[in-house]
Amino acid sequence: MNVLSAIAYLVAAVLFIMGLKLLSSPKTARRGNMLGALGMLIAVVVTLTDQVIIDFTYIVVGLVVGGAIGAFLARKVQMTSMPQMVGLLNGFGGAASALVAYAEYMRFAAGGPDMAIHAWIALILSLLIGTVTLTGSVIAAAKLQGVMTSAPILYPFQKQINALMLVAVLVMGSFFIMDPSLWYLLPIIVFVSAVLGVTSVIPIGGADMPVVISLLNSYSGMAAAATGFVLGNNVLIVSGTLVGASGIILTDIMCKAMNRSLANVLFAGVGAEYEAGATTSEQRTVVRYTADDAAFILENAQSVIIVPGYGLAVAQAQHVLQEMVNILHAKGIDARYAIHPVAGRMPGHMNVLLAEANAPYDILLEMDQINDDFKNTDVALVLGANDVVNPAARYKKESPLYGMPILNVDHARTVMVCKRSLNPGFAGEDNELFYDKKTMMVFGDAKATITKLVQLLKK
Amino acid sequence: MDVMLMMSIYVFVLAIFVGFEVISKVPPLLHTPLMSGSNAISGITLVGSLIAAGEGHGGISVILGMIAVIVATINVIGGFMVTDRMLGMFKKDTTKPAK
Repeated sequence: MNVLSAIAYLVAAVLFIMGLKLLSSPKTARRGNMLGALGMLIAVVVTLTDQVIIDFTYIVVGLVVGGAIGAFLARKVQMTSMPQMVGLLNGFGGAASALVAYAEYMRFAAGGPDMAIHAWIALILSLLIGTVTLTGSVIAAAKLQGVMTSAPILYPFQKQINALMLVAVLVMGSFFIMDPSLWYLLPIIVFVSAVLGVTSVIPIGGADMPVVISLLNSYSGMAAAATGFVLGNNVLIVSGTLVGASGIILTDIMCKAMNRSLANVLFAGVGAEYEAGATTSEQRTVVRYTADDAAFILENAQSVIIVPGYGLAVAQAQHVLQEMVNILHAKGIDARYAIHPVAGRMPGHMNVLLAEANAPYDILLEMDQINDDFKNTDVALVLGANDVVNPAARYKKESPLYGMPILNVDHARTVMVCKRSLNPGFAGEDNELFYDKKTMMVFGDAKATITKLVQLLKK
Repeated sequence: MDVMLMMSIYVFVLAIFVGFEVISKVPPLLHTPLMSGSNAISGITLVGSLIAAGEGHGGISVILGMIAVIVATINVIGGFMVTDRMLGMFKKDTTKPAK
């Protein structure tokens, strides 16, 4: 690598870091993303001027085909499908890292320069992590897209078999590192890693996908960093590590918000060891209200906090909901959104869905910002959310929700819950909030109810 | 252990700290664009793919390189574009009554 390209790569790495830094505010985020893209452009252009490259045919074909597919996906994807999209992109990133590592071996095998031992170690890691990222992401995307069942697929000795595959890859890798002429080990390593990616994601249920997507995000970064060690290229190491760190942080946030350990998410299957339905035996009554009652209460409130759940977005009801918020604002009512970290299928998903419906970001508040405000709020309107507002999380030790951070909707003066039925949420825990004296249950489809509310409020 | 490797390990360890420092400041509001944007950055493997595809040794390594260029470019272009599309939707309120 000559001095000019080394400096250009350094500039690219700096631009990536500055870009990520600007992502910390919605005012500067778009510029941050542009800086990242600029960094990438610089890195690519400088690489293309490298004298090692003597044939541009395959490069041009690859750039044109990949660019067209990428641009098409980015324009067409719906915001509700963003988790699948990011999942697939993670997978492609992992695949690219593994492919480059493999190509580097082919170069060596064809009489290329000798490689140091750390490069061999990194090469095996890149193949393992990259391939697991690819197949794991494809399965996660298929589950999110509904192509395959989102329910956990469980079979006996699942964990043990997965562990065995991982050990097998590491053992084969060690043999290969000791004797890189054992070329046939590499395809076997890739194959076993591919199977491992599939079998580690199939036992994970749809509701846990935010954790899986975040984790695979981290893997795709780690694979890039490993490839950086193979090639001795620091810009790959820096960028890959940044992404690896980002994925780990998001994984941790998601796990905390769901009240589960990472090991529990990866190995347990959703609610597999919890006996659901045990708490729903006793008969309790709820107070039913109509949309007319709800409209009356809303009109006479001064402050409203809306708690949206993912079902709302699936029904594409966020647009009409924002219309309602606009009406409330026009009436001088302070209406805001409270967003639980897991209110979506990936970190921050609900914010994007509401932003798409033109909800201004300064009324989209995260749990820590708004939780103390509920006690001074007239109406908390819960739409398609359940577990994240279940007070049992605070005190009921035997509940799977116990310890999970929840939104304090029960502190509001009136709680309005719009729901199809009294069915418990994912965790299988009955929600006592519904039986509270100050809770108004409005049964029905969320979108239909909000549409009705909009009509009533307009009068 | 050679000097090059030692430098790479330095870079790696420092990048971990920079990563945690920078990323933990991103608010949950922007976590989805953060994921898609950082994802595009991890497409930096494209740099390695370009060299693998262009070395002209022929044979399998070039084909692998070309496939790598395709998937890495999907990752880079798709990632940056979709992030830009999402961030374009985040707008500040102008109608909300002053409190």
